[in-house]
Amino acid sequence: MSTGQKILNWVDERFPLSSMMKEHVTEYYAPKNFNFWYFFGSLALLVLVIQIVTGIFLTMNYKPDGTLNGAGIPVAFASVEYIMRDVAGGWIIRYMHSTGASMFFVVVYLHMFRGVIYGSYKQPRELVWVFGTLIFLVLMAEAFMGYLLPWGQMSFWGAQVIVNLFASIPVIGPDLSVFIRGDFVVGDATLNRFFALHVIAVPLILLALVVAHLIALHEVGSNNPDGVEIKKLKGEDGKPLDGIPFHPYYTVKDVLGVAVFLIVFSAIVFFAPEMGGYFLEHPNFDQADPLKTPAHIAPVWYFTPFYAILRAVPSFAGTQVWGVLAMGAAVVLIAFLPWLDKSPVKSIRYRGPKFKIMLTLFITAFIGLGILGALPSTNLRTIVAQLFSFIYFAFFLGMPFYTKNDVGSTPVPTRVTMSTPARQVRFVVLVVVTLVAATLFAKFI
Amino acid sequence: MSEQHVDAGRRRFLTVATSAVGGVAAAGVAVPFLMSFAPSERAKAAGAPVEVDISKLEPGQKINVEWRGKPVWVLSRTPEQLKNLSTIEGELLDPKCESPEQPDYCKNQTRSIKPEILVAVGICTHLGCSPTHRPDIAPADLGPKWVGGFYCPCHGSKFDLSARVYSGVPAPKNMEIPPHKYLTDTTLLIGDDK
Amino acid sequence: MNKTIRQLVAAVALMVPAVGAFAASEGPALEKAPINIQDTESLQRGAQTFVNYCLSCHSASAMRYNRLTDIGLSEEQIKSNLMFATDKIGEQMNVAMDKKDAKAWFGATPPDLSVIARSRGADYLYGYLRGFYRDPSRPTGWNNLVFDKVGMPHILWEWQGEQELRTHKGADGHEEHKLELVKAGTLTKLENGKANTVEFDKRMADLTNFLVYIGEPVQVKRHQVGYTVLLYLFLLLLPFAYFLKKEYWKDIH
Repeated sequence: MSTGQKILNWVDERFPLSSMMKEHVTEYYAPKNFNFWYFFGSLALLVLVIQIVTGIFLTMNYKPDGTLNGAGIPVAFASVEYIMRDVAGGWIIRYMHSTGASMFFVVVYLHMFRGVIYGSYKQPRELVWVFGTLIFLVLMAEAFMGYLLPWGQMSFWGAQVIVNLFASIPVIGPDLSVFIRGDFVVGDATLNRFFALHVIAVPLILLALVVAHLIALHEVGSNNPDGVEIKKLKGEDGKPLDGIPFHPYYTVKDVLGVAVFLIVFSAIVFFAPEMGGYFLEHPNFDQADPLKTPAHIAPVWYFTPFYAILRAVPSFAGTQVWGVLAMGAAVVLIAFLPWLDKSPVKSIRYRGPKFKIMLTLFITAFIGLGILGALPSTNLRTIVAQLFSFIYFAFFLGMPFYTKNDVGSTPVPTRVTMSTPARQVRFVVLVVVTLVAATLFAKFI
Repeated sequence: MSEQHVDAGRRRFLTVATSAVGGVAAAGVAVPFLMSFAPSERAKAAGAPVEVDISKLEPGQKINVEWRGKPVWVLSRTPEQLKNLSTIEGELLDPKCESPEQPDYCKNQTRSIKPEILVAVGICTHLGCSPTHRPDIAPADLGPKWVGGFYCPCHGSKFDLSARVYSGVPAPKNMEIPPHKYLTDTTLLIGDDK
Repeated sequence: MNKTIRQLVAAVALMVPAVGAFAASEGPALEKAPINIQDTESLQRGAQTFVNYCLSCHSASAMRYNRLTDIGLSEEQIKSNLMFATDKIGEQMNVAMDKKDAKAWFGATPPDLSVIARSRGADYLYGYLRGFYRDPSRPTGWNNLVFDKVGMPHILWEWQGEQELRTHKGADGHEEHKLELVKAGTLTKLENGKANTVEFDKRMADLTNFLVYIGEPVQVKRHQVGYTVLLYLFLLLLPFAYFLKKEYWKDIH
């Protein structure tokens, strides 16, 4: 017996290392028909690691201090430029972290979209989906708090606006806002506590939720683009006929996914870290000034769909809280998908026209809201945002009705189906159409 | 699964090759993170050499200067004090400065470039206290053989006026002489000797 | 090759700023600033202008003097030509003027210019530096087409001369504003009513170039590292990962 084997045995007698490897990697049987949409879970894990590692190193040099230094610059703001210029390699670490933050949401939105089109949230995977929604919520909090740290104009005023939303809650609102801020306006106290939460508290919660998410998934096994339960058909060896061990097949495929992702990621980090002002916003290169409100306060791009919903809802009965509630409901509703969807069929491939139409409307509305949320309001834009918000909520709230008997003409197969050239063409066409439509909408609205 | 022949050699090659390429990439990514530990430009600027004007330095006088957060003494020794450096060499641990606490150009009895001007880091080589300047001859607490030097109050280490350590005291080494040079006859630059 | 990658990323990124056009909606259309941060001579001229004219009121406190070796200057050259307020080359470009005094004199504290190019953009700065015009209604006697009611006086008026604001009805019936040179300076010429501002514009391009550089001194190096990284990923990691995947997936049908 080799030394390695002896050490492994010693560990296995005291810790379920080999059995965990078997259960979750080498003998975790996943459907063999995973497609493009199935890269984003492992990519999300990769981005989480990137954010944690770059975050640790940023914390070594960043100072969460809102007071002005000798040159009249807030210490926090100056410490970011210190990292960019004076710390060897600091600029790479900073850009990786800022790019990673935006890429996290790109990856997570695509990951969630996969769940919607293939019905991955349906029984028995409801809990996977609920943990996922919680991860999404916690991720938004993490991003929001992280964004305050550079202490630029957008950091400061974005935080001011969002925390003031809590003030609109009747009765307890104003006191709650003071409690959150630690002061009457966003200030040094807010900065310091957001720093502590962003660096350690929320990441720990995020990690715990991700572990729970994966354990819940592995308990029931992965879904697939056909929505077929592979465990229903097992071979003589007790393994699913349409399943393949995660290792080596999906480890190897995910490495390829990582390679492609790193190319995109590096292209951005090294050639377009500001991404036209969407990943690093131009007004945020002005230091925070509590006495000067910027002409146009916009949240970072990944919050814009929900911000658009917030703005679209007018105030009733003297309070603006309805917009806040609508925005909150828009996120929370996601968790209820497993129970709103009454379709007997999981995957969009085998659903009827009603769901396909509603989904198309939903995608239009979501992207449209995202674009509108980044723009200043006009009368036309507000009306369109209201229309899109209506569609957004109709997608969820109408689901118990339009999914009930909505089955497609093709029956759900018993065995999974692999990709075909026709499917690949359809995918590319849909992506191009979406991008073109979004660009045109952005230009003309 | 499949019944076709598995080319194990090809698989091993591709696995090893991809792992190697990935390993190099990982090492490459690690570089900026490790680099970030090095002293930053701010630290380097703060540790920059310090210029000292010694035109007004009187014989027997010591001034203190800060360099890299440490106290540096600039002491002008009198001719008498320079003569006395030989008389107590028998009591010193390392009178010939074999141990490398000074730059090569200060490996002499006065441990200096200009014989009378001592430039030394004022930190005791025992546990880091800053010794007191005791130029007085034969004081009661230091004994009749004391011809001037430095006495560390923390644990009693003694150094002569060239900052060389006495034998039999807690400190194990002569005090450090920093790199330095003279820009002009009256301008001393501490921290740079190129 | 250099430009192609950047253009490719820019093409993708262009999808995104299609939305961002609104950012410049207030204010006049801005002329494209001729920026080239690899033109070390332009950067050196810009550095000289900056140190001689801007540093008296504005700090650039994130920028250290010794970083200027990036733009082809030796430490000796930096010390003798560009350092007036301090003698330590590792120090930052701080300003002598007290911030409170500045606020009292100009109505607003002259902002730190370390990252002004990243917040306003090169086009804005180029337009601003050339956009001063005579305005008796202002305390300094100067106003600026790009930054209305700015508190800053026209520091470089001797170089540019004097401009005045002309208003006329444009083609679509809207009011259009234009600046006209009415008095020549040492870097501009006025002959038979025709203004030649080429020299002054070039100086302002140099200064804008310099501001873009100090906004992110590492940008040239960033691109260089980027080419290496992308080439490595594209030509090594990607092919190996691809063939590795394909090899194992031969098993699966």
